[in-house]
Amino acid sequence: MADTLTEPTAPPKRQPDGTRQRLADRDGFLAWIFLVPTVVYIVALVAIPFFMAIAFAFSDVTAGNPSYGWVGLENFYRVFDDAVFWQALGNTFVFTAISMVLIVVLGKVLAMILVADFKGKWLVRFLVLLPWTTPVALSSVTWLWLLHSIYSPIDWVLRNVGLIEDNMYFLGRPGLAMASVIAVHVWRLVPLAAVIMMVGILSIPDDITEASRIDGAGFWRRMFEVTIPLTFPLIAVAALFGAIFTFTDMAVVYVLTGGGPTNSTHVLASWSFVRGIGGGDIGQGAVIALFLFPLLLAAAVLILRAVRKMETI
Amino acid sequence: MAAPTATAPRSDVPTAAETARLRRRYARRDIMSRVSLYVVAILAALVCAGPFVWSTLTATKLNADLYNPQHNPFLYNKPPTADHVMFLFTDTAFATFAWNTLWVGLLVVLITLVLGVPAAYSIARLNRPWSTPMGIAIFFVYLVPPSLLFLSLSRVVVSTGLQDSTWSLVLIYPTITVPVSTWLLIGFLKALPRDIEEQAMVDGYSRLGAMLRTILPLLFPGMVAVVVFAFTLTASEFIYALTFISPTEEKVVSTGVPTELIRGDVFFWQSLQAANILIAVPIAFVFNLFLARFISGFTMGAVKG
Amino acid sequence: MSVTVEVSNLVKQFDGGDVRAIDDVSLAIEEGEYLVLLGPSGCGKTTLLRTIAGLEQQTSGDVLIGGSVVNGLPPRVRKVAMVFQSYALYPHKTVLANIVFPLKPEKLPKQERESKARWAAELLGIDLLLDRKPRQLSGGERQRVALARAMVRAPQVFLLDEPLSNLDAKLRASARDELKRFQQRVGTTTVYVTHDQAEAMGLGDRIAVMDKGKLRQLGPPVEVYDDPADTFVATFIGSPPMNLVPRDDTLVGFRPEHLLPAAHVSGERVEVSFDVDRIEYLSGDRHVYGTVTGIGKDSRVIARLPATVTDPVTPGESHAFAVNVDKLRFFDAESGLRSEPVRVDAQHG
Repeated sequence: MADTLTEPTAPPKRQPDGTRQRLADRDGFLAWIFLVPTVVYIVALVAIPFFMAIAFAFSDVTAGNPSYGWVGLENFYRVFDDAVFWQALGNTFVFTAISMVLIVVLGKVLAMILVADFKGKWLVRFLVLLPWTTPVALSSVTWLWLLHSIYSPIDWVLRNVGLIEDNMYFLGRPGLAMASVIAVHVWRLVPLAAVIMMVGILSIPDDITEASRIDGAGFWRRMFEVTIPLTFPLIAVAALFGAIFTFTDMAVVYVLTGGGPTNSTHVLASWSFVRGIGGGDIGQGAVIALFLFPLLLAAAVLILRAVRKMETI
Repeated sequence: MAAPTATAPRSDVPTAAETARLRRRYARRDIMSRVSLYVVAILAALVCAGPFVWSTLTATKLNADLYNPQHNPFLYNKPPTADHVMFLFTDTAFATFAWNTLWVGLLVVLITLVLGVPAAYSIARLNRPWSTPMGIAIFFVYLVPPSLLFLSLSRVVVSTGLQDSTWSLVLIYPTITVPVSTWLLIGFLKALPRDIEEQAMVDGYSRLGAMLRTILPLLFPGMVAVVVFAFTLTASEFIYALTFISPTEEKVVSTGVPTELIRGDVFFWQSLQAANILIAVPIAFVFNLFLARFISGFTMGAVKG
Repeated sequence: MSVTVEVSNLVKQFDGGDVRAIDDVSLAIEEGEYLVLLGPSGCGKTTLLRTIAGLEQQTSGDVLIGGSVVNGLPPRVRKVAMVFQSYALYPHKTVLANIVFPLKPEKLPKQERESKARWAAELLGIDLLLDRKPRQLSGGERQRVALARAMVRAPQVFLLDEPLSNLDAKLRASARDELKRFQQRVGTTTVYVTHDQAEAMGLGDRIAVMDKGKLRQLGPPVEVYDDPADTFVATFIGSPPMNLVPRDDTLVGFRPEHLLPAAHVSGERVEVSFDVDRIEYLSGDRHVYGTVTGIGKDSRVIARLPATVTDPVTPGESHAFAVNVDKLRFFDAESGLRSEPVRVDAQHG
């Protein structure tokens, strides 16, 4: 046995700083100490507030009177009786679904441009990333000006081309206002989706792409039979990131339309803000916001599935 | 199996003339695809950056030029002016907003790394039975949006006495950045080879020492990706900043600009656009500098996830 | 049916560099020939293969397939098939779908495509794996799938890029044998890239040895081995490599197996004294390391004694060895190129 051969005559010397050494080597201890700060922080500022939000939904807490009083489902009844809530719920879905589709399709196109090799690539990348890196409230202000009822340059062009007589009033008509909100979401999230999908495209080994060229596959077949299936997990991640950002955002609606005209563009997040902070009715605001959660949970499960799939390829 | 079947039939060897025709066709096609690439790239750049071009034009126009619907909005009909840009600095708290956004962003990024890197290491490398469920849990936390938490967090902020102070954002913003950063860092860490760390441990370093000396330097591209991503998220955040803070001098750009430069019905359009450009361009510039790092970080996490 | 492949005055420079990855290479591959491109890594052999495939575009010069210039044509029009070092199987497709993939542009009915794919799979003995995904296959099986995918379209030319380097040593020998038999059966012109001289010797009808983008020698394996065109080829091919002994402004070369105890060398010979340092036993042969005196400057060389030579050789002692004069090769010391034979007699030095 090896032990008998190497048996030391004296017991091994203890390191002078033996205790510290051992702590720094104990995986279990390190794992615990590394994780605790994050867990404590998240429990304190995410988990507890999350349950507080649920509790608020059953309470009469207002901005003026923060003491807790149980009111059961009353807040729910009041929220459900309000047509604006249903409009906001519907809008949230419509905005998210349409944006998600457009974000994926345009993001894919943009990703393909960003990985291509051409002169002036750096400038194009810079310009293309602007919408995503700019704080959303600021870019929404720019869009507010771009869609201005009198001075919109889009209107000016359409007027001068002769397509319209009068201005469009983009933000003054419910249909156009909704389209504008969607357009801004798509515009600001396409670059993010493109960067994520770019990662996917870059991760395909060159050999595979070249093999498909040798095998006689043209541009479209390469895209649909090789690139898209191989990058599907990242496309899914991009789609769901886009969906989550659209779904939970209130800045675009808040700045661009303020929920108007006549509450036609409110989404859950903005309506919850109007009720909870604007109106001071925290109970109602909480009820509205809670509706975001089950849908996000579904999104999360989908993302995780996509990631799982990615690991098994 | 008969041998002749193995020699597959093939008789369509093209003639030289045919090949020459094909070559012309593919040369044309090559040019076409180059041209369309440029066209699409320019178009994409225009659509994405168009609003910013429009902002720049607007920011430097005289009122008399701007507020005339008959004027061509894409040209200077009167000489350009820098007055409205100056107005931002002389008559508004824009500089304060920008400074607040910057230091809040940097502090939040720092907190994010301090919390996120050890947590990610613990989950990705230390092989506890709870590692996987904890990773999934952190990911789910990321999906709890500000729009769900802002009401209760505003009570929390009040109870800490930080309401109406920029410090409230330093306290709360890591709730957005820590989960997503930890999630990304877990991916990056899983992509790093274990043997380098094991080599360091064999060479006499403790687990902690090995991590600090081998893993941290290798994780650097991933950390850059996280820093850039987290800063962008922080600078864009709107709902918390709007809920927690009302005094002008404590605001950040994303709330300060739209609330302070729109006074009732009066919109300081040129100054608003100038503010947008002054904020957007530096962030995009820095982001773009780190884009390659960002992507390589993302790739190493995503591909080997 | 197979075709000729020819490159003439081919030059390839990569963007932004002034290094020539391929430096004025001309060579013609005959119909049905098995040509091996051999060279150290970075010598330009893979770039040459990829340029023939159409994956890279040359800076100047022409590529001809079947006698027509194919410059600028994309790979699919060139009707070439390629097996990559990594095999580049589509990881998301089954084996069958991988093999069918190249047939889709040919507008065949689906059934015919599948039957062709099955025929190719059967030929390579992978017909039982058709429903598997690439990641469920072993290295050898992947290589066969890649081959099946390459041949199913009955290409004019096969291009193989180090297809054996991902296999373990044991498999490699049998896979090499299979590759050769396979090519003899289909008779398609083949260009095979490798850095492994054993593969090159075993597979090639002719070998093209490349170094630093230049073609050093083109010829049948025996010729490349026996009559290397320069010192690079002489030392790159052969294991252990050819011994080179400086003598004035000439290098005298001889293969280790030709340096033998004097009693075993007949005919006109150069007798030398060999100070032995060390002996290695390698599968029956003895590799003897030592210093040789009597050809030129005293130089360290290696002798390879086959199992049939049983003369005792002792490290630390000097032995009488000899080389047959016919086996000596001469190179210019400066250029490394072959030069006129020089009379070498034992008295020299």
